[in-house]
Amino acid sequence: MNNENVRPSREVVLPGDLLDSGRLKPGSGAYAVDGKVYAAQLGIKSVKSNFVNVIPLGGRYIPIQGDMVIGKVEDIGPSNWLIDINSPYPAPLHVTEVPWKVEFGDTSRFLNVGDTIMAKVLMVDETKRVQVTMKEQGLRKLQGGQVIEISHSKVPRVIGKGGSMIQMIKNHTNCRIFIGQNGRIWLDGDIDNMMVAIRAIRMIEEGAQMSHLTEKVKEYLDTAMPKSEPQAEGTN
Amino acid sequence: MGGNSNVKLIDDNGIRIDGRKVDELRNIKIEAGVLKNADGSAYVEIGKNKVLAAVYGPRECHPRHMQNPAKAIVQVKYNMISFSVSDRKRPGPDRRSVEISKIISEAMEYVVFTENYPRTSIDVFIEVLQANAGTRCAGLTAASVALADAGIPMKDLVPAIAVGKVNDQVVLDLNKEEDNFGQADVPMAMIPRTGEVLLLQMDGHLTYDEFQHALELGTKACEVVYEKQKDALRRRYKVENEEAPAEAETQNQEA
Amino acid sequence: MARSVVSEIKRDHIQKLISKGRRLDGRAWDEFRPISIETNYIESAEGSARVRIGNTDVLVGVKMIVGTPFADTPNKGVLSTNAELIPMGSPSFEAGPPDENSIELARVVDRGLRESQMIDLEKLCMEEGKEVWMNFVDIYVLDYDGNLFDAAFLGAVAALKSAVVPMKANEKGEDFPMPIRSLPISCTAVQIENSILLDPTLDEEKVASARLTVTTDENGDLRAMQKGLIGALTIDQVKGVVETSQRVGKELRKLLG
Repeated sequence: MNNENVRPSREVVLPGDLLDSGRLKPGSGAYAVDGKVYAAQLGIKSVKSNFVNVIPLGGRYIPIQGDMVIGKVEDIGPSNWLIDINSPYPAPLHVTEVPWKVEFGDTSRFLNVGDTIMAKVLMVDETKRVQVTMKEQGLRKLQGGQVIEISHSKVPRVIGKGGSMIQMIKNHTNCRIFIGQNGRIWLDGDIDNMMVAIRAIRMIEEGAQMSHLTEKVKEYLDTAMPKSEPQAEGTN
Repeated sequence: MGGNSNVKLIDDNGIRIDGRKVDELRNIKIEAGVLKNADGSAYVEIGKNKVLAAVYGPRECHPRHMQNPAKAIVQVKYNMISFSVSDRKRPGPDRRSVEISKIISEAMEYVVFTENYPRTSIDVFIEVLQANAGTRCAGLTAASVALADAGIPMKDLVPAIAVGKVNDQVVLDLNKEEDNFGQADVPMAMIPRTGEVLLLQMDGHLTYDEFQHALELGTKACEVVYEKQKDALRRRYKVENEEAPAEAETQNQEA
Repeated sequence: MARSVVSEIKRDHIQKLISKGRRLDGRAWDEFRPISIETNYIESAEGSARVRIGNTDVLVGVKMIVGTPFADTPNKGVLSTNAELIPMGSPSFEAGPPDENSIELARVVDRGLRESQMIDLEKLCMEEGKEVWMNFVDIYVLDYDGNLFDAAFLGAVAALKSAVVPMKANEKGEDFPMPIRSLPISCTAVQIENSILLDPTLDEEKVASARLTVTTDENGDLRAMQKGLIGALTIDQVKGVVETSQRVGKELRKLLG
């Protein structure tokens, strides 16, 4: 393989594409053979310090310690719940990791199958065993509103630079919105406003690779929510 | 292989019954991301073959006793739908499809970085909608694109093609008549960049020289199929923008 | 299976919307999603159709084989309908022989085809008591997002309508188009709370308490019905679904050309 095949930045790379011939080390989504670095995953090439990474454009969510996620209770045990966090691995939530005092066998009084929670990935071990916790301020059972799913790889675009994109949607629609790193988004507010917010999020999802996305979303929000003036600088 | 060389499948000018030269592929069309539910999918047409592939996973491995604590397992299921062939095929697996599923699974397992996802299963479903010789190669080609579309980490894409022998000549990409009345059939899959052969079967009768020639034709054809695979994925994930890259932002909190 | 657990938030939200006369995707209660029908999709079949209703995607093929008639209908061709919920179509579909869901689907489709006498089976008899055409209708679900009944039925009708009897290939004479007498249409609605929704999506099906499929012919006469799921319907709801099916069925029939 020659150097001509090294793809410039910001281009989609595919598994097997040559990323670098010797200078850089393989980061996430990349692998090295004989001193050359190749893409291991479909995504965008990104070079950081001495590493070349591939930022995935799809694929399932793989939990990372510290991630804020939205989970769904899929099973109950006497001293824990099993949480579906939209990844290949269901995550146990132990009674010691919730903000309530739960007696042995009393778990269903607090969370039931089908309930939705905000949680944090407590730990991921080397065999990808995952645990989540709700013991942190703001983490709780979600009630009302609705949950939609997007590809976890689009989450950064929905949040936007410094949270600008999601803040714009919140300001226009007056919805409360929480985005899980696992691609689940919870929204609550007026039904019509929620529908506008969801459509805006879908626009971002579908157009994540489009130019002038922020302007296009703003344009949509301005026409869909003509009355509501953007509020003064929203505070988080 | 019928092995019946009395049927004239190549004319005196070296042109085959569908108008191709001996070293010419049929038309190939590949599309990525054609289904909604699947985590990744692809559609492949090679001549009159129409094949769909869908990937689910990595997901929890069922049955649980098949889980591997150190890596993911890759389970490919190749299936022909009942009306994909001229005589209706009874739905469900037969010995042929079980064998093909096995060898495609093995080829795919080689390229997937299975150690990234211990205890999971990566399930690939290949459905042959219309068959016209070469369906396992079309299926493998589709499966490989579907895996990439599903964001599965893998060494490379894998193209596949069949080479064969018809009227005592080595020919590329057999059609149905050539498959029925030809003298040999060699389906193969390889990573063009490394030359690694991941699937190889042969039936019929070839001299060693003919086999070497067949490998040569197949290798060149795999390069062509490989470019079509890449093109399909690039079309699906075209990037227009020059905006800030999608770096992870710190998580916002609910207002 | 993890995915079969319905989120309470989703259930509440769908119900809240419905109580305000709204649906998740903004459709009216009696509105179908966009429908596309592609016939002659598979050359190796005598007739075929790929039908999409929203994100639901089915492929239906008809294979015709020369065979012997049943003893009680010696002058009629044979019709057999089968549905395959292949694992490609949904994470909830599992490999293996047809389960109760695919058998119910195949039988409801079969009933609609048979009872509407869509095909003139007598014209598919070549020699009474000896030789008839056997029609195998196979339905494959490629992508499942609700309302399989209508997608499969529309696909089966379109595939049969486009079929050509393969006389020549079987050395029986000249090919002729499938003898069609009518074009039945099925419409399926579900009950959620006390509301009725036509053409349910998968999300709507998951929270629905009852389902009703009504198959009507050109005259609006009823040819087949199937009530499903564990909820109960009122008589007025049943009548409402029948009337809707008659009305909407007319529109859908136009898609068959």
